Amino acid sequence: MRQTWPLPGGIHPPENKSQSLQRPIAQPPLPPCLVLPLNQHIGTPSVPRVCVGETVLKGQVVADAEGMISAALHAPTSGVIKAIETRPIAHPSGGEDVCIVLESDGEERWIELAARPDYADLAPAEVLALIARAGITGMGGAGFPSATKLQPRHAIDTLIINAAECEPYITADDVLMRERAPGISVGIDILAHVLGQPETILIGIEDNKPEAASALRDALDGSRADLVEIPTRYPSGGEKQLIQILTGKEVPSGGLPADIGIVCQNVGTTHAVFEAVCKGTPLISRITTVTGGACAHAGNFEVLIGTPVEHLLQAAGYDQGICQRLIMGGPMMGFTLADTDVPVVKSTNCLLAADAKESPQNNIPQACIRCGLCAEACPANLLPQQLYWYARARDYDKLAAHNLNDCIECGACAYVCPSEIPLVQYYRAAKGEIRVMQQEKIFSDHARIRFEFHKDRMEKAEREKAAKREQRKKAAEVARSTVGNSQPAPDGTTATDEDSDVVRAALARVQANKSSTEAQLRKLERNLEALDTQLNNAQSRLTEIPESDTGPHGKAAAAIEQIRVKRARVAGELEALKNQAPETPTDTGANAEPAGQDQRAVDKAAEAIARAQQRMAEQQSMSPDDKRRHQRERLEKRLVKARQRLAQAQTDGDENLGAYADAVASLEQKLTALQNTETTAEAIASSGTDTGER
Amino acid sequence: MTEFIGLLSSLALPVLSLVGMAILFGAILGFAAIRFKVEGNPLVDQIDALLPQTQCGQCGHPGCRPYAEAIVNGEAINRCPPGGQATINALADLLDVPAPELDEEHGEEAELKTVAYIREDECIGCTKCIQACPVDAILGAAKMMHTVIASECTGCDLCVEPCPVDCIDMIPIMPTLSDWHWQAPPETGDLIRSPRIIATDRHGAAA
Amino acid sequence: MPLALITSPHQHAAQTTQRVMQHLLLATVPGLVALTWHFGWGTLINVALASITALGCEAAVVVLRRRPVGFYLRDCSALVTAVLLGLALPPLAPWWIPVVGSAFAIVIAKHLYGGLGYNPFNPAMVGYVVLLISFPVEMTRWLAPASILPDGASLPDLQASLQLVFPLLGNTPIDAFTMATPLDTFKHSQGLLVEQVLAENVWFTQGTWSGAGWEWVNLGFLAGGCYLLLQRVFTWHAPVAMLAGLSLMALLNYDAGSSTSGGPLDLHLLSGATMLGAFFIVTDPVTSAVSHLGRLIYGALVGVLIYIIRIWGNYPDAVAFAVLLMNFAAPFIDYYTLPRTYGHEKRGRATKMKD
Repeated sequence: MRQTWPLPGGIHPPENKSQSLQRPIAQPPLPPCLVLPLNQHIGTPSVPRVCVGETVLKGQVVADAEGMISAALHAPTSGVIKAIETRPIAHPSGGEDVCIVLESDGEERWIELAARPDYADLAPAEVLALIARAGITGMGGAGFPSATKLQPRHAIDTLIINAAECEPYITADDVLMRERAPGISVGIDILAHVLGQPETILIGIEDNKPEAASALRDALDGSRADLVEIPTRYPSGGEKQLIQILTGKEVPSGGLPADIGIVCQNVGTTHAVFEAVCKGTPLISRITTVTGGACAHAGNFEVLIGTPVEHLLQAAGYDQGICQRLIMGGPMMGFTLADTDVPVVKSTNCLLAADAKESPQNNIPQACIRCGLCAEACPANLLPQQLYWYARARDYDKLAAHNLNDCIECGACAYVCPSEIPLVQYYRAAKGEIRVMQQEKIFSDHARIRFEFHKDRMEKAEREKAAKREQRKKAAEVARSTVGNSQPAPDGTTATDEDSDVVRAALARVQANKSSTEAQLRKLERNLEALDTQLNNAQSRLTEIPESDTGPHGKAAAAIEQIRVKRARVAGELEALKNQAPETPTDTGANAEPAGQDQRAVDKAAEAIARAQQRMAEQQSMSPDDKRRHQRERLEKRLVKARQRLAQAQTDGDENLGAYADAVASLEQKLTALQNTETTAEAIASSGTDTGER
Repeated sequence: MTEFIGLLSSLALPVLSLVGMAILFGAILGFAAIRFKVEGNPLVDQIDALLPQTQCGQCGHPGCRPYAEAIVNGEAINRCPPGGQATINALADLLDVPAPELDEEHGEEAELKTVAYIREDECIGCTKCIQACPVDAILGAAKMMHTVIASECTGCDLCVEPCPVDCIDMIPIMPTLSDWHWQAPPETGDLIRSPRIIATDRHGAAA
Repeated sequence: MPLALITSPHQHAAQTTQRVMQHLLLATVPGLVALTWHFGWGTLINVALASITALGCEAAVVVLRRRPVGFYLRDCSALVTAVLLGLALPPLAPWWIPVVGSAFAIVIAKHLYGGLGYNPFNPAMVGYVVLLISFPVEMTRWLAPASILPDGASLPDLQASLQLVFPLLGNTPIDAFTMATPLDTFKHSQGLLVEQVLAENVWFTQGTWSGAGWEWVNLGFLAGGCYLLLQRVFTWHAPVAMLAGLSLMALLNYDAGSSTSGGPLDLHLLSGATMLGAFFIVTDPVTSAVSHLGRLIYGALVGVLIYIIRIWGNYPDAVAFAVLLMNFAAPFIDYYTLPRTYGHEKRGRATKMKD
């Protein structure tokens, strides 16, 4: 008999397993509609490969694994993809997630399977690829993608198969071992092959499963694997705890079993591996225990993944009136379902429809008297009572010092607590709060760095501006002091002269702009126009906001007021300016010479404005025919230019070729349209009707 | 006279020993003050580390670090709405003072974090919002399209005001399934005062 | 979300706090019987008065806190405090002694700190110490057991006892039955060798192993304690450590029975409130240390302190003081005696600062 180590702590709740062991594994009828959540495993959700309306065969891949920690998803039956949308899923929050909805056609047509019973001849990596392709995840309840787990970074010397099934009510692994032990034995062999033949292969099974143990022992005849019976205690089936019981080693805190050379797989996962490799069947169904006082025919069912819970419960004779609480999972670690509208997923090992007797009364918790029964029961040697006090006080430092992260949330402490305190909920909430705080800290640290950089950038810009200002001031001073002195000094004051010229010219421009009444008038008129547009926009926005919405309404009204005030001011300035005596150009005579260039620019602009005004005046006085002709002439000119540009672009190989071509095309279109209008107008005119169009 | 000298001599030893001790301890303290002197005020850094770094200015200071410095000089610790009560509690813990409620005068604690979003159809490319953003989370240039880099936006709200065409919305970030976590159970006192309805215990009545 | 979400586990063991308290009360019965047999009705009256006062005070405070009275009284914790205090008080003390002590214990030492589970000091011991310091005369007036009384004299019957306790009902001199305790006697027998004290003193001549009457009381409490250990109400660490600490100190200081000796081992173990303290006071979970090692240290230091105060202190019996002193130290002990968690190499320390 192989040595085992005792489990520290632990409890022995009533097993309640006999109810679901009365009959062999049954098959529920095929559901009409299957809902496949894309995230049935730990890690990244899988990515759909099919589209709505596509017909799929049984076992066909419908979603691919995404990233390192992910799994593929397969169609559990043949049918049509009805939708890919958010649907309620089985989650403690009662939330929704993206699912592939498959409408079964009842024919159960299989895809062609690639069975490799000769796995021993394949390289371990190839067998691992088969396992990955089959989308296998941990079926003991956690759901970690098996292919990732079987590909550890360290050498593995121990393979442990978890057949403990320590939680009350659950018997899925038990019946699997009773009925399908040979497959499990082959599965163990496959796993050993993938892991490079580890030295020790252990199967841990609790001693309350004698029939399963003997079936497994018969199937393992000749195999290297050692079947070890361990005392029935909850939670001896937890991965970390089973490793401690079977090997005496402890998984380092924050680490993985692979760090100490151990890989642990559930017995259901092992069987799924056998099916995937030797028969080519992907993971499309699992054994689920449906039990509880509210089920007339409690038992184990081979359920297709995606079967609605309602459908499965009906197969077990569910009575909603008796059911006080519906739990997905076992009574110690499962979560309640508010709705039966959710699907069965790869990690659903049990559905417990508890009646009034089986549901706890949920009395109001009393005060913690620090009796220490919880510390006696904790399998991880924590002090749950201290964790409780610190979780209530939100003292995250002390929680970390008391190793909150090592809590496996098994519920043994809350089970024994005489004051009925929901301890596990405190720990879960505290862990969630710590996680949120850590994320916020990362974000705020990042924001601080960005802010510091922003500040530095602003300061640098300020410094550069100040330096430039200094430079200009100095240059201006020098220029003023050396006015008229055009003699270049040997030390290069010619440059200063030139600079001073430029500076003087610039200053003069500014002066001219400021003092020129015309320029000012123009500026004010432009301002007024812009403000008018703004006012119109704001007013139209105001009408859109209902009066009742006082906040935004008030804001918008205030904004309008502001614009009105500005407009009034500008209008006032404009009036004042108009009433002033027009300044003669001689006012600017002091800077006439250096402003010569500027005057030319002003003249040019004045000419352009005059031309534009003339054009406008002409347009207004033109007849429609003339206008059209005028437009056409202009369009033709533009088209010629556009065509030239396109030719140039073609020879240059310009990447904006397409844009040029589009421009040409649109101009041509406009021209054609205009020509059509012209001919129509002429036709109408020639027919004698009044061409009072438009 | 002899009594007086006797008195003096009997006092001499205690007085001398006390003076000697005073000199000794004074020397030790002086040495420690110089040898173990800490530059700057590490408290400001510690406070700044607890603030949420949105640089929104709702506390009345131009950024989180100025507010941290103000707190060291005695400012109230309940002026940061983005940090919320959690930050107030952490500050109170650090400074060993009682934790007051958030001073609503400076803004309410938002239920959900928000992120700015520019309606690009209306953006005129004026760069006013880019200048306003304290963490440079808006991408753009003059007369070019402006857009908010959502992952960098802290939701500080400073860009909404300067926008002349009012095209910036603050959109709340809706929590996803992966953000969900269990809430702490209600306290016994609260439970006693209000009856608790359990989500799944209504199976008899539910459809 | 208006509906509360229920978390796992969805099953619960049968043990409730009320049941734990009831076990405690049951375990005091042998000791109580021994006290009544040897010292008369006094203890029962004390227990009754203390209990009524305790329940009344607790109800009043709970009403002041606007909570439902039934919920808080049903956990029997006030009753346990009162019973322990009543057992510790001298029999036939005036009625206001248990009343004041009990009221102080419940209102000040328990509810002022927040109620059950929040008090840092053992309420019964706080009440006892307050009485001892405030009313030393009444608190040191112990009785002689029935076996030691001279022939013809007997302990007062129920009516006489009530008259003694409530002086308004009548007036009876009490001095006929008072006598110092064995520990007290021993403490004041300096200059005599141990064997002389044992031979000359009627306490020890009439007793089987140790002080007459008192040895049976302590054995009664020992029996109750063993019952609680079997019921797994608490673990063995604290009581065994306390008795071991006390025994070790007693053995070391026995000094071969000289005149300066601290006294024989069985005197210390079977006299005074030793067993009551070991199995009912030191094991009070609210105020003691939390981990196994912590409880060992806590219990051992309580035992050592009891001996120190008994021999070199002013009081003949020192359980209350020793326990209160260690209540101060319990959180500190907790910081340094965390158990080694799964996956860690050594035990952590709760004083670890955030890095």
